[in-house]
Amino acid sequence: MTELIKVQDLKKQYENDEIVTKVLHGVSFSIKQGEFVAIMGPSGSGKSTLMHILGFLDQLTTGKYFFKNNDTSNLSDDQMAEYRNFEIGFVFQAFNLLPRTSVFDNVKLPLTYAKNPGDINDKVKKAIEAVDLTHRTNNLSNQLSGGEKQRVAIARALVNDPALIFADEPTGNLDSKTGGQVMRILQNLNKQGKTIILVTHEKYTAEHARRIIKIRDGLIESDFKVTNHIEINDGDELLK
Amino acid sequence: MIIIDTIKMSLKNLRVNKMRSFLTMLGIIIGISSVILITSLVAGAESLIVNQIQGIGTNLIAVLPGASDEDGPPAALYGIVITTLKDSDVEAIKERVPHITAGSSYVTSTEIISSGNQKATVSMFGVDSDYPNISETSVDIGHFLTPEDKGSTARVVVLGSQVAEELFNSQIAVGQKIKIKNDPYSIIGVMKSQGTVGFQNVDNAIFIPITTAQRKVLGINHIGFARFKIDHQDNIPEASIQIEELLRDRHNISNPTEDDFTVNNTENALAILDTVTGALNLFLVAIAGISLIVGGIGIMNIMLAAVTERIREIGLRKAVGATSSNITTQFLIETIIITFVGAIIGMLIGTFIAFLISLGVNALGYDWDFVITPVSIIISSLFAIIVGLSFGVYPAKKAASYDPITALRYE
Repeated sequence: MTELIKVQDLKKQYENDEIVTKVLHGVSFSIKQGEFVAIMGPSGSGKSTLMHILGFLDQLTTGKYFFKNNDTSNLSDDQMAEYRNFEIGFVFQAFNLLPRTSVFDNVKLPLTYAKNPGDINDKVKKAIEAVDLTHRTNNLSNQLSGGEKQRVAIARALVNDPALIFADEPTGNLDSKTGGQVMRILQNLNKQGKTIILVTHEKYTAEHARRIIKIRDGLIESDFKVTNHIEINDGDELLK
Repeated sequence: MIIIDTIKMSLKNLRVNKMRSFLTMLGIIIGISSVILITSLVAGAESLIVNQIQGIGTNLIAVLPGASDEDGPPAALYGIVITTLKDSDVEAIKERVPHITAGSSYVTSTEIISSGNQKATVSMFGVDSDYPNISETSVDIGHFLTPEDKGSTARVVVLGSQVAEELFNSQIAVGQKIKIKNDPYSIIGVMKSQGTVGFQNVDNAIFIPITTAQRKVLGINHIGFARFKIDHQDNIPEASIQIEELLRDRHNISNPTEDDFTVNNTENALAILDTVTGALNLFLVAIAGISLIVGGIGIMNIMLAAVTERIREIGLRKAVGATSSNITTQFLIETIIITFVGAIIGMLIGTFIAFLISLGVNALGYDWDFVITPVSIIISSLFAIIVGLSFGVYPAKKAASYDPITALRYE
């Protein structure tokens, strides 16, 4: 498998007035295409900052970040926006759907900013189909349940066919059953070849991934393959 | 793509928050509707005055007694009686000035007339036989006053249509008599209905020979004013000068500053009217412009609140690939759409009120045109867009300045 992400001695610090806060102290790892990786750590460990940098929402202070073998350490704001649009799909804990907007229009949003969106109708319908929400296409976002909202968010992350999907605590606002449904969708997407990075502080959620990178105090504490990862299948008791 | 989506979304936002959208737009609605209403009213009033002046007759020269003050209208207009102008002056002008096709002396007063038990208060006009020609009207029944009536100071009268209707209902008035100051007058004709002319209801008037009015009714030998009809508009200036020269000669005046009369024509009056309405329009539009700026500030306020309210949405849009300029464009378009929709509503309201006013004034019997000038529509639309652009920039820039992580985390 080819390498999708490679970071070398990545450091990040925030400067506020004269106070310097060091968040990442130098992390190095790589992720191959088609992997399902959980970045795990307690709050304040730096896992969110790492996700923001890997997801082109924030810039690193020093070190190198290669995406698809391109050095992306020093991109302009507009270049970062283009990467986010074209290469990355985000799934957030709080769903972040546009209020009072249809499922279709929510899923369409990334294509609105795409340089070559292609057949928008077809892409949106396929993404909604992938999360089993075709019957809800014309419903407004505020008419959906929490699980449905998160599935719309996943469809939105998928619609532009990105190389990488970030899921930031995707089950944090859901009960275990709907959380299970969301994890199953992510696992199915991974089986179809999508690279997924799951950011979580929960061991149980992290164990749905095939590999866990543990972060603590801005450094990688451990990086290992999950031998007995939790696999959710379509007929599982949990989903009923 | 982005622009079409943004326009659709802005319109949706307007629909969803109806009350708030309305209040946001209120300043613009009031501003634009006042621009439309005011310009329409000024144009309507202008048309009313023009129609009234032109209703007196076209290609007319009026001669008023008394000097024309540089700073104001002739004294006669203030009700000061000046006795310098005589009917003989008018006769001389008619005889000696070329291009004049008709001319008449006028004396006017208000009289109570009676027929049997019926009484009526009417405007009395002492005029010449040329009156129908000058005022572009004619008799409906019978005939008008003749030069012979003037020569013999005959007690004959022509009634306005409304007077005939009031005193004699639908019966034929011609041949009957009315009393003016207890003297009987034979009715020789009834005028066609003409409505209000020169702000005077000529249907509620009676016409008697000028000489009869002077000697038998009013006991004077001067006249109120005189009007002359000129064969062509181009000859009006020349005829005016000739009238002035002739009157100076007759009144033994060598220095024009000592003139005891004023020669005026309708073109002069209309030119003055143009200047006045132009200034009025400019002044009123400036006031409406101020209200638009106030409205714009209101919109900026609401947009700033909307930006704060939608920080998470801004964060999300940036997370899925929107650039800062995409966000700026979005909020700018939203502001412009709000002002533009407000402008359209304002135009409709302004037009509607102007229409109602024109209906009302017309119902009162005045000839008021309902005018919506294209200039006012263009100025309003441009102003709305300029207000939207200038007051939308700051909120839009503020919206675009949020970095996506902070915006997504905003509570």
